[in-house]
Amino acid sequence: MKIGIPKEIHAGEKRVATTPAIAEQIIKLGFDISVETGAGLGASISDEAYKEAGCTIRKNAKTLWKNADIVLKVRPPEQHPELAVDETELLSKNGHLICFIWPAQNELLMQKLADKQATVLAMDSVPRLSRSQKLDALSSMANISGYRAVIEAAQHFGRFFTGQITAAGKVAPAKVLVIGAGVAGLAAIGVAKSMGAVVRAFDTRPEVKEQIESMDAEFLMLEFKEEGSGQGGYAKTMSKEFIEAEMALFARQAMEVDIIITTALIPGKPAPKLITEGMLESMKAGSVIVDLAAEQGGNCALTEKDKVIQKHGVTIIGYTDLPSRLATQASQLYATNLKHLLTELSPDKNGIIDVNMDDDVIRGTTVIKAGKITWPPPPLAVSAAPKPLTEAPSEQPKQKKKKNSIIPEPIKHLLILLIIGGALFALGSVAPASFMSHFTVFVLACFIGYQVIWNVSASLHTPLMSVTNAISGIIIIGAVVQISTPGFVISLLSGLAVLIASINIAGGFLVTRRMLEMFKR
Amino acid sequence: MISQGLLIMSYVVASILFILSLSGLSHQETARRGNYYGMAGMAIAIIATILSDSVTSYIILIPALLIGGFIGTKAAAKVEMTQMPELVAIMHSLVGLAAVLVGYSNFIDHSISLQGVEKTIHLVEIYIGIFIGSVTFSGSIIAFGKLCGKITGQPVLLPARHWLNLTLLILTIWLGSLFLSSAETGGGILPLIIMTLIALAFGVHMVMAIGGADMPVVVSMLNSYSGWAAAATGFMLGNDLLIVTGALVGSSGAILSYIMCRAMNRHFLSVIAGGFGSTTNGESAIVEGDINPIDIAETAQLLANAKNIMIIPGYGMAVAQAQHTVNEMTKLLKNKDITVRFGIHPVAGRMPGHMNVLLAEAKIPYDIVYEMDEINDDFANVDVSIIVGANDIVNPSALDDPNSPIAGMPVLECWKSSTTIVLKRSMAAGYAGVGNPLFVHENTRMLFGDANESLQAVLKALNN
Repeated sequence: MKIGIPKEIHAGEKRVATTPAIAEQIIKLGFDISVETGAGLGASISDEAYKEAGCTIRKNAKTLWKNADIVLKVRPPEQHPELAVDETELLSKNGHLICFIWPAQNELLMQKLADKQATVLAMDSVPRLSRSQKLDALSSMANISGYRAVIEAAQHFGRFFTGQITAAGKVAPAKVLVIGAGVAGLAAIGVAKSMGAVVRAFDTRPEVKEQIESMDAEFLMLEFKEEGSGQGGYAKTMSKEFIEAEMALFARQAMEVDIIITTALIPGKPAPKLITEGMLESMKAGSVIVDLAAEQGGNCALTEKDKVIQKHGVTIIGYTDLPSRLATQASQLYATNLKHLLTELSPDKNGIIDVNMDDDVIRGTTVIKAGKITWPPPPLAVSAAPKPLTEAPSEQPKQKKKKNSIIPEPIKHLLILLIIGGALFALGSVAPASFMSHFTVFVLACFIGYQVIWNVSASLHTPLMSVTNAISGIIIIGAVVQISTPGFVISLLSGLAVLIASINIAGGFLVTRRMLEMFKR
Repeated sequence: MISQGLLIMSYVVASILFILSLSGLSHQETARRGNYYGMAGMAIAIIATILSDSVTSYIILIPALLIGGFIGTKAAAKVEMTQMPELVAIMHSLVGLAAVLVGYSNFIDHSISLQGVEKTIHLVEIYIGIFIGSVTFSGSIIAFGKLCGKITGQPVLLPARHWLNLTLLILTIWLGSLFLSSAETGGGILPLIIMTLIALAFGVHMVMAIGGADMPVVVSMLNSYSGWAAAATGFMLGNDLLIVTGALVGSSGAILSYIMCRAMNRHFLSVIAGGFGSTTNGESAIVEGDINPIDIAETAQLLANAKNIMIIPGYGMAVAQAQHTVNEMTKLLKNKDITVRFGIHPVAGRMPGHMNVLLAEAKIPYDIVYEMDEINDDFANVDVSIIVGANDIVNPSALDDPNSPIAGMPVLECWKSSTTIVLKRSMAAGYAGVGNPLFVHENTRMLFGDANESLQAVLKALNN
């Protein structure tokens, strides 16, 4: 099938839906790719690079859309500024479109696409399954947003992130607070940390505490019991009391930190207002707030969408196009997500896609199938959180075993001791003195062996075995003392025993020596 | 010719040297000295015995000593480190065989005149010595075959095998009483021979029923048996040196077996009784999920960007002979200031301490090689874990699936590290035949292919 990659027409959008390296891999899956001229310029990819990868370059957006069975895009279709037509109009009848759609917010667009009898897969609707992680474009973009948020903050922040002690005096490290530890939040924590800042983070979902601490950041605990995990691994709206406690925490932190990065979002709702004007006033002059929720109204009361503003000496960054500001990286990751989706769609790798609605991942992603709106998908019962692997060490088998035994443990021990003692006394009562003296030696030697062997380090267990093996060749003594006894059979048997045991002795000691020579620091 | 007093004194010195030898093995620093103590003890014991009054004929003795010594030296020089388990197993069989031969020649020897209880005890000693020797002999041969791959590693389970074992045991005891009564009148050779055959069959049957993953226990158990065989011979001959040495070796093997069993969370008797997995109740969870493959270049990149790497070797490393490549990779990564450590599971490989020997052979410094208990809590700080040919010892279902055949066995918790790379030939199950959820874990990447070839390719990619 033919894939078309048009140039993004949204103002300021620099990303592109595929890169030459990924295009090559998609072509290997059996597809043909056409790219609109200049599509990659924003992400520093020339037409020549696409050509080298095996793509056809089309001069005209119209012919590109017309000749494509599948159109891969980043942004949802919109009015084309040059051609003065809507991109939905350009899509060929029964065509396929894969891009971000946001079906909940764009009902009109959905209707238009359905009227075109199109099949539409929305990259924002990929279900959260562990299997679908590799095509989760939201996560890839969130990761970039988180990274870029720190870079933007650094740009507007007048100091170092890292602490230093220089000849010119001491520099304190910047203090960064990250609110919301989703993919973007964690990425921001990682970057801020690697730049040397002191990082604190807060999230309503207690299970992310471990993730935050694994990034070496401090998790701000709220002394309040309420579970914040909603369906599908996202956060949910919290109770009034919880929010009050949370706000008090933020108010305290605002006075202390230099940079706040907010990423708090609740699916399908306006972003919660977490940073009030009062908190802003209490912040140190020169502080920076990066509001990653600006698209949904912002976590900060004063955020203005797509703008950088200064209020009360604090810079508030409300960019909504952070991934596009890192266009090359974003294009590469997005293209990889698309490639994985195409791989799922064409399991035979023959360049033909099959929108298999029985597959959970494809079902969730598909929002329109041949003109029929299939969004929202039926809910999936599977949570994105992986099953804990270690939380429940199996206690059950042990308990079962214990129940099987009729005799209680202490009595059992006593019983064993009594039996052994009885057997020893029985032996002592009949055995002659000569045997008993040998027996004494035997028992004492067993105890010495027991004491000595426990000290042997585990790494030396093999040498221990070969040395004990050599030592057990001491049986040669038994053969040697018998070899001179008259009688041919005895001499033969003993001679054979000497031969065998000496193989053992020589071999055992020498191979141990060889091994121990290797154990060097 | 030396006096009886001097002979006994030599034996005492030899015993002390043997004890020092074993205690020398507690640390790497003193281990070599320990080995030399053992050699000295053995030399003193043999020379003193040869010079004692009881030895008058040297025609057979000296050539046998020299030929045996020569064969042993050759074998020790030639053996590959990966074949150590086989060598140890075959050596155990030699001790067993020697015990049998000494027992027979002692029985045939009528120059010893004992009466009453002493005679009975002496006969019992012969009988037991030959029994243990035979079991050790045939059991070790089968273990050797299994380790070489000449005999299937799967447990071979005869129907009603526990009853069969019991029957053999009762038969042995009955033959023993027969032997005692007929030996009083000068006969008894026939029951002795039949018992030897039964003991041989018993040894074969016992080891055949034990699966490949339990091999470390078997090898150390046979080690223990060879010691008890020597001790029994000591009782028979009234020789304290043999008793002491046999007891030392016997208890050493027994402790090793115990350590191995504990490392697998299995009861000693259940290992000996054989048949892996026959004790579990209920279905174990079926492993489902997607495998994430990784290629050489990505692996190299992952390693180069890591700060803290843990390598977990298993039997597969021995098979692929990958230890030298592992060492080169370790050196390269260390030069890039990356922390590289090794995590060793007690039952990795086919005998106790097998992995340590292989790593030592490749000259990997032993102070970066850690035991499971030392590093298991540290996996959260590890960026990349590399699993080289291991399976069951890194299987999370041992901890979270009570129905798994390996439930309760402590394992290396590598899935707690940021990324785990598993080097594996294909998606086959491990020796225990258990599916491994680690392979479909979301942080796991599978690098398929021969471990050595893959690592060499990674090494090349790291160099570029």
